[in-house]
Amino acid sequence: MFHAQRPKEAAFYRPLNSFQAQSIPTRSVLSTEADADIATAAEVPAIVLRSLNKRFGSHVILQDVSLSVSPGTIFGIIGRSGAGKTTLIRIASLLEKADSGDVLYGGQPVSGARGQVLLDARRKAGFVFQNFNLFASRTVFGNVAFPLEAAGWIKPSIETRVRELLELVELADKAARPANRLSGGERQRVAIARALANHPKILFCDEATSALDPETTRSILDLIQSLSRCLGLTVLMVTHQMEVVRRICDQVAILSAGSIVESGPVASVFVNPKSEMGRRIVGEASHG
Amino acid sequence: MAEIFSLLARPLWETLLMVFSSTAIAGLLGGSLGLGLHYMANDRLSGHATQLAIVKKVADRLINTLRSFPFIILMVLVLPLSRLIVGTSLGTVAAIVPLSVAASPFVARIVEASLSEIDPGVLDAAIASGASKRRILFAILIPEALPSLVSGLTLTMITLVGYSAMAGVIGGGGLGDLAIRYGYQRFRTDIMISAVLVIIVLVEGIQLCGNGITRSIRARR
Repeated sequence: MFHAQRPKEAAFYRPLNSFQAQSIPTRSVLSTEADADIATAAEVPAIVLRSLNKRFGSHVILQDVSLSVSPGTIFGIIGRSGAGKTTLIRIASLLEKADSGDVLYGGQPVSGARGQVLLDARRKAGFVFQNFNLFASRTVFGNVAFPLEAAGWIKPSIETRVRELLELVELADKAARPANRLSGGERQRVAIARALANHPKILFCDEATSALDPETTRSILDLIQSLSRCLGLTVLMVTHQMEVVRRICDQVAILSAGSIVESGPVASVFVNPKSEMGRRIVGEASHG
Repeated sequence: MAEIFSLLARPLWETLLMVFSSTAIAGLLGGSLGLGLHYMANDRLSGHATQLAIVKKVADRLINTLRSFPFIILMVLVLPLSRLIVGTSLGTVAAIVPLSVAASPFVARIVEASLSEIDPGVLDAAIASGASKRRILFAILIPEALPSLVSGLTLTMITLVGYSAMAGVIGGGGLGDLAIRYGYQRFRTDIMISAVLVIIVLVEGIQLCGNGITRSIRARR
């Protein structure tokens, strides 16, 4: 049922076409060595998590979690509540530190970064939260402008970039509204615009659609997918909703009790789940 | 009637001077202290630093001790400090020193409480944006907590109106002093009642202004 309306036809695809139109001729002009560059770049995973361990006191949250996400793909991590999904994505996005293990963005280790290096690393990724977490004291414009102010952009550039981002999420007419006066779906779109402000190559989504109704969920997922395609964004999302994975993810990993029990392309995991937890989750999704 | 008005004018000015300047000073001192306390208590900002946890414990004890002192005793205790800062230990200006000292820890607690009410998720969003801690404090945390900070400052001001009544002990003057010495001790009930009435109006006024500001900030969110 979810497959019926693929995002290619979705309305928000339109404003993005201008980006593609600009980028396609440039690419065709490129020489073969540049193409080779792109090819090698594609081999370096956008995100690598290597043997992550995390415990709170004696309670083990994550145990030897490793995964690698290729550039431009949407990677879903699915699991029950308490499986460690949120901790995993918080560590991947440098909001929290693992007890051991490494996080790499585009081949660069970032997990040990401190000070300015840490701030720069955080700007390479955007984060979208379940509860939007917009700044109530700011307007829609002010929310999207914050990461740019923090990165030291000058006012006119901020102005242009924010307009561009609001155009992208189709909220240009609501720039002056207080952020929390919008509907849930609109607030999440503001949050997505804010997350993308600094031109990150990575987007983390922590249950980004769990607080939304089914229709809004679909429109947000379609937006994330089209952004991923148009901007070459790598998306790592955690969710407990199987339909989210089925709708937009290319790859999926199943997290159970702090370990990844199974991972692979969405289609193969769905058709032929190998792990017990995989069978259970897929079973629930097709019956419930 | 004219006599009462002329008697009230100067003490009213003294009270206003004491209350407003000590609120301003305590707002700065206590406000920074409160920011510091919140920073040290918040793992997302302090990054689980153990040294900071110790400093925070010491600061907590110090603030609680300062807050335990009866104001009259505190006033006498800071006499030398007043002499050091304003050159005299008597008078309205000298009374601003103990008032500020008494109000600062109070403000610190209020600021700390207001900041800790902010949704940690909002703080996460600011951190994930790659903002420095200083920017997060001043561009996000303080604006987010503003309505609650204004209510807290209103509360501080009204508490200081009460404290300033005791400033008469060190010659600070003010409406409370007028009510006690001129009204009560000299059996001028009319003066006492008028002074108290003016204080009531003052307190109402401060509360109304505070509520108004808080409401207008909330209305814009």
